[in-house]
Amino acid sequence: MRYAMVIDTLKCVGCSDCVVACQTENDVPIGYCRDWITETVDGTYPNIMLELKSERCNHCANAPCVRCCPTGASHIVEGGIVLVTAEECIGCGACIESCPYDARYQHPDGYVDKCTFCHHRLQKGQLPACVSVCPTKCMYFGDLDNPNSEVSLLLKNRKHKTLAPEAGTDPHVFYLT
Amino acid sequence: MIQEELFTSGRNIPNIDPSLEIWHWPIAVYLFLGGLAAGILFFGALIYILGKEDQYPAAVKTASIIPPIALSLGLLALVYDLTHPLYTWQLYTTFRIESPMSWGAWVLLITTPLSFIWTFSYYREVYPKLEAKLKMFKRFNFLNSFEKFTIKNRKNIAYALIPLALILGVYTGILLSAFNARPLWNNAILGPLFLVSGLSTGAAAIILLSKTKAEKHLFGKIDLGLIIIELALITHMIMGYYAGSQVQLEAMQLLVNGDFTLMFFGFVVILGLIVPAILELIELIGFKVPVVVPALLVILGGLIFRFVMIEAGQLTRFLY
Repeated sequence: MRYAMVIDTLKCVGCSDCVVACQTENDVPIGYCRDWITETVDGTYPNIMLELKSERCNHCANAPCVRCCPTGASHIVEGGIVLVTAEECIGCGACIESCPYDARYQHPDGYVDKCTFCHHRLQKGQLPACVSVCPTKCMYFGDLDNPNSEVSLLLKNRKHKTLAPEAGTDPHVFYLT
Repeated sequence: MIQEELFTSGRNIPNIDPSLEIWHWPIAVYLFLGGLAAGILFFGALIYILGKEDQYPAAVKTASIIPPIALSLGLLALVYDLTHPLYTWQLYTTFRIESPMSWGAWVLLITTPLSFIWTFSYYREVYPKLEAKLKMFKRFNFLNSFEKFTIKNRKNIAYALIPLALILGVYTGILLSAFNARPLWNNAILGPLFLVSGLSTGAAAIILLSKTKAEKHLFGKIDLGLIIIELALITHMIMGYYAGSQVQLEAMQLLVNGDFTLMFFGFVVILGLIVPAILELIELIGFKVPVVVPALLVILGGLIFRFVMIEAGQLTRFLY
């Protein structure tokens, strides 16, 4: 089992519905978010490329946040999901410093918080909140270890990239380009 | 007019991006105090083992009061910068070999009490007047036997303190260099650099407390050597950035040609290293120089160096 998210940048319109869905589902405090949209404009007129991306924790296989955590609060569970146990987190910020994606933030209650791939929903057989609400259906979620899963087939057949692969983190959120 | 809040303008999320700079001045102060304590403990223990404690009393005896105070203040600063401080004890439920911070937490847990014991064994010798006033040993009888125990075990403590001080000094740098997401920190030289800088500030503090000419002279020489090593390591660090990837080149701009250039080259390299090195050299040749000046410059330079590295490092990141 290896969970991964695949996001089609050609279909994303940057509506931020994934952001709002996550904030609602996970009770993210006002003003914070676990996922966000970036807009990249490249080139000069008239040859301009616009790329919209919904970004979040990449649930890296080689997760520097887990490596740097002094208490073991940051850990990897089955399926490769990186989680934080709030009661073990001392709020030292080592994981925030270590994340090349800046995917973590300090919750107003003190502990460090981030995307969980909606671990609590997965256990009930549901998709992550962001994936389930996407109006353009540009987000896919599934098991990479299963060669016939939707995500495996997409990555087999489409051009794709990950963010900052040079950071050596082996990220598991993929962007179709 | 309706103002729309958009998340789509890059990463412009007010509560997240500013709070990504989550290490503030207490961390810089702690790294400085930790290095200073490591330096003094290292020299004190080393000179004790070499059997020259009476020849160089400031290093072993007088200065031994600094590490326990510095480490206690440093620990307070560390806890102050935690956002979930009531859970600090969670550090001691596990040892995580890959996490430099875990190493640091455990080393501090052992070193801090040892530094208290170390200075306690010299308490009556260094502060006879204070003891005459406080009469602690008369009031609390067990202190006598405890002091006897600590004096008997000085050699064992010194042997433990040397590796502990070295780990403490090097860890303050490795703590930062372990983060590959902050390109300014992510270089292997930072550990040795912080260790040498810590030893150098320790030697400078000993010079400040020393009363004999021979001791000032010896630590002036040691400090000069350490400054030269530190300058070489800083050169290596900059060379490493030059030969590095795009993110490291951008990180280097902060130090070489950016917001921190004046602080780094002006206050750390020139005022904190080169000027004291020249002053100490002049003094060693035989001219009269008040050694307080280079010693203070070295200590201040060490403090500013930590501030520069903490502040600048958090501005550097992977841009994708």
